[in-house]
Amino acid sequence: MSRQEVLVDADWAESHLDDPEVVFVEVDEDVYAYDSGHIPGAVRLDWKTELQDQVVRDFVDKESFERLLSAKGISNDDTVVLYGGNNNWFASYAYWYFKLYGHDDVKLLDGGRKKWELDSRKLTQEAADRTPTSYTAKDQDTSIRAFRDEVKDAIGKVNLVDVRSPDEFSGKLLAPAHLPQEQSQRPGHIPTAKNIPWSKAANDDGTFKSDDELKSLYEGAGVDLSNDTIAYCRIGERSAHTWFVLHEILGQPNVRNYDGSWTEWGSLVGAPIEKDV
Amino acid sequence: MCGSTVGGLSTEGIDVSMETVIQGTVTREDGPVAGAYVRLLDHQDEFTAEVQTSATGGFRFFAAPGSWTLRALAGGGALGETGIQADTGINDVDVTVSST
Repeated sequence: MSRQEVLVDADWAESHLDDPEVVFVEVDEDVYAYDSGHIPGAVRLDWKTELQDQVVRDFVDKESFERLLSAKGISNDDTVVLYGGNNNWFASYAYWYFKLYGHDDVKLLDGGRKKWELDSRKLTQEAADRTPTSYTAKDQDTSIRAFRDEVKDAIGKVNLVDVRSPDEFSGKLLAPAHLPQEQSQRPGHIPTAKNIPWSKAANDDGTFKSDDELKSLYEGAGVDLSNDTIAYCRIGERSAHTWFVLHEILGQPNVRNYDGSWTEWGSLVGAPIEKDV
Repeated sequence: MCGSTVGGLSTEGIDVSMETVIQGTVTREDGPVAGAYVRLLDHQDEFTAEVQTSATGGFRFFAAPGSWTLRALAGGGALGETGIQADTGINDVDVTVSST
């Protein structure tokens, strides 16, 4: 993969709004964002109610994902362009999720909602009207998803990249600071993890930094790019942003996202934790 | 849940005596600014969180006691920055933005 294959800019997006083979999909944590205005023709995916199993902590299964995309009017051969708020955190998460279930042609809108808004580009409140399809998903590609036992075995062997803010990494905060800090997990980070916040990979307007800047960011922080990498954060959406940078933009071959992340690791009995405060 | 809510989460149902709340309004010459992006930066100027302001220009963070910087980015390239020394409880701070 390379930047040209996985990212589109706002000008490209604007010129493909009426392209029948392109589907724009907005993914936000803030469910009101889409209703307040979205890119014309874009459909919404709810990361919490539609992409998560509502009982067990896991993703929806293959059949449910097929039903979901069919109902949204997304076909297997569509180009899916994802975008959202929070500097594309949840859009990156959805991108990784689409790849997990084997969708071929997925792209991210560079800068997401934020850049689109700051550019004062058109948003509409008109609901998208797409004809239902018969979507077929593949089995999960677990070569891009890490589970807790694999993370435990990876300590000291592969690159562990903790993409949370420095205060979450050190243990001073337990969640990103727009959320309450009273949480059940123990604070800190996984031993041997390097702290490279996701935000260092993005410009202020939410677009990704250049390939050269990104490469020197990870190498400068001591990540051996010839080795395998596992990225994590708190629930796996910021680390999907970093997975996107390493695997999709920079084309690193073996990068996995640990979606259990800190809400799982910080709750495991006996799991090793390092704390700096 | 790691995403932000416009204006920041409500404190309803949250024990704010256990939290370090940093909240306020983004304004410019003609009044409060809705839809501005406010970043909370730690004592080393590292990004910690970001929210978009509400219809009345409001924002709210849940941080920890210490020194913080708030940096706001609004439409038309308007920018503003303010520092705050926060303690446990509610800490009010406003950010004024202007175009450079």
